[in-house]
Amino acid sequence: MRQPILRAKNLVKRFSVGRSSSYVNAVNGVDLTIHRGEILGMVGESGSGKSTIGRTLLRLTDPTEGLIEFDGRDITSLSAKELRPLRKDMQMVFQDPWSALNPRMKIGDLIAEPLRIHLKLSEPDLRDRTELLAKKVRLSTEFLNRTPSALSGGQLQRVCIARAIATNPKLIILDEPTSSLDLSVRAGILELLMELREETQAGFLFISHDLGTIKLISDTIAVLYLGRIVELVPKEALFNEPAHPYSQSLLSAHLPADLDAPIQRLILEGEIPSPIDLPSGCSFHTRCPAAVDVCKTATPQPELIAQNHHVSCLRLKDGGNILSRQQA
Amino acid sequence: MNLLKITDLQTHFVFHDIDNYRREARALNKVNLNLNRGEIVGIVGETGAGKSLTAQSICGLLRPPAKVVGGSVLFLGKELLSLAEEDLNDIRGAEIGMVVQNPKSSLDPLTRIGDQLVRIHQTHTASAISVARSKAIAMMHAVGIPDPEKRFSAWPHELSGGMAQRVLIAMALMNEPKLLIADEPTTGLDVTVQAQILELLKDLVRRFEMGTIIITHDLGIVAHYCDKVAVMFAGEIVEYGTVTDIFRRPGHPYTKQLLASTPEKLKLNEAGSLGGQPPDLFNLPEGCLSQDRCSLASDQCRTPPPVITLETGQTVRCHFALQ
Repeated sequence: MRQPILRAKNLVKRFSVGRSSSYVNAVNGVDLTIHRGEILGMVGESGSGKSTIGRTLLRLTDPTEGLIEFDGRDITSLSAKELRPLRKDMQMVFQDPWSALNPRMKIGDLIAEPLRIHLKLSEPDLRDRTELLAKKVRLSTEFLNRTPSALSGGQLQRVCIARAIATNPKLIILDEPTSSLDLSVRAGILELLMELREETQAGFLFISHDLGTIKLISDTIAVLYLGRIVELVPKEALFNEPAHPYSQSLLSAHLPADLDAPIQRLILEGEIPSPIDLPSGCSFHTRCPAAVDVCKTATPQPELIAQNHHVSCLRLKDGGNILSRQQA
Repeated sequence: MNLLKITDLQTHFVFHDIDNYRREARALNKVNLNLNRGEIVGIVGETGAGKSLTAQSICGLLRPPAKVVGGSVLFLGKELLSLAEEDLNDIRGAEIGMVVQNPKSSLDPLTRIGDQLVRIHQTHTASAISVARSKAIAMMHAVGIPDPEKRFSAWPHELSGGMAQRVLIAMALMNEPKLLIADEPTTGLDVTVQAQILELLKDLVRRFEMGTIIITHDLGIVAHYCDKVAVMFAGEIVEYGTVTDIFRRPGHPYTKQLLASTPEKLKLNEAGSLGGQPPDLFNLPEGCLSQDRCSLASDQCRTPPPVITLETGQTVRCHFALQ
């Protein structure tokens, strides 16, 4: 059994809106576990709370409710100062490498920054480690003396990844790390991540809205809708037999770049509702072709339907969760 | 007659330095493309390949320093590149409709959406406001905006991204164009909404028999919604043909590379990642523009590659297309 590195229980995050008493319910009770050496993919549409979960897990924003356990230790209410020594073990890579890096710093200093902060190394050691890291992310060392403006998006993202792995973290959260990159560049970054997973045995949370990327890189996938995990499932099971009606329609809306991929169109009506006024009961009922009366009032709980395959749907009992083409 | 016939279209960005030294970025390099009625052509390529610039050059929407420096764009036999601005205005929004990325910033924030639809109709026809109004409502209905009578007086800020994109499509279709250009019409929309919009577009193209250009970087959209595809690299169309032919048997090394880097085809842990930069448009290499990124590149590639038509009818700009 792989060792869990991060555990979240009933994670809730609400943001207040202006001066009124209404809230954006970004995360609404999420349970998840990330193991070392595992890539947990998290997929969902905009507004589903993906990024908020990522940031909350690392305590970049504070959870409203719930428990976060990192490496066996409750970090839910640690102060910033208490968190600091743990930071070297938990790292993050953001979507937009252009804005994630200080434009005035040299690439070498950017990569060395986490090493300077967390490890007390001598200058020659620091230089060696920096060069080693650059090589590891397949970045030419001639860039080390340049500033970010001289690099392309893919190269900058490699710099961000080098920074993230510099201190040998146990957990790396990647928030849409390839979304702003071109296809051929994206491929290189994904290859690099797979390599690093083997090498570092860190736990990875990979957040993306792109099912193709998620399918390629994840071991387990969490499908998110309005701040809840509606299905938590091993990769193969999700793509072969998605059980939640939302997962099924998400998969059918995905267009693989492959002529032979069967496309079963289950086109959902409407758009994701506002997280300010969450629908009652199952939050997917307003768009769900399989919704019945009970879905408007009762909140579904995750049920184990196969090994490691959890689904939150009230229609599991009568098998109504499996959509047919006609329903959508 | 082709609906649209683009021949050797060249667009450059022309800059003058302080000492009046002229520098030119060759952004479009002899683009050739034909389009028939009822046909959906996808233009794919990476950032900077010239996809959007092609669309803007067709419609005369370039702003300095971008400038068409050569070639021809025939629309129903009419040369668009030599038309005066007023004559272009008669065609744009009428016979040529355009849908752009970022629907929310493309609508006039101070005009109700119904009035924007009416305005584009009245600009091009002499119809009475009541006629334009019912046409607008019918079009809103056609693009799947629920409750169009009520939404007629909605403000752009009240719309979600998907709804705003539907309004833009309705605007593009108000005067029943013969040619529709959709520049990244679903980028930025969620996949379930993207599916709605693409199904809608396909349905409308068939219904109005429009010739349609979809500009996208998403090969999935091309595979499932386009009839033909033009692959662009460094301002050139390196391969053009039917989607089936090109996906089954890509002829150009760059097309092969592109198809192999889609998540569906990507084989991780296999030797050698793709990579490389697009060439510097200020300083394009002699001969084949993709030589620096191509594993087949040889001395021959320093001379301009011929455009070769394969048995399937697809055209490939490569010295080695027949091998």
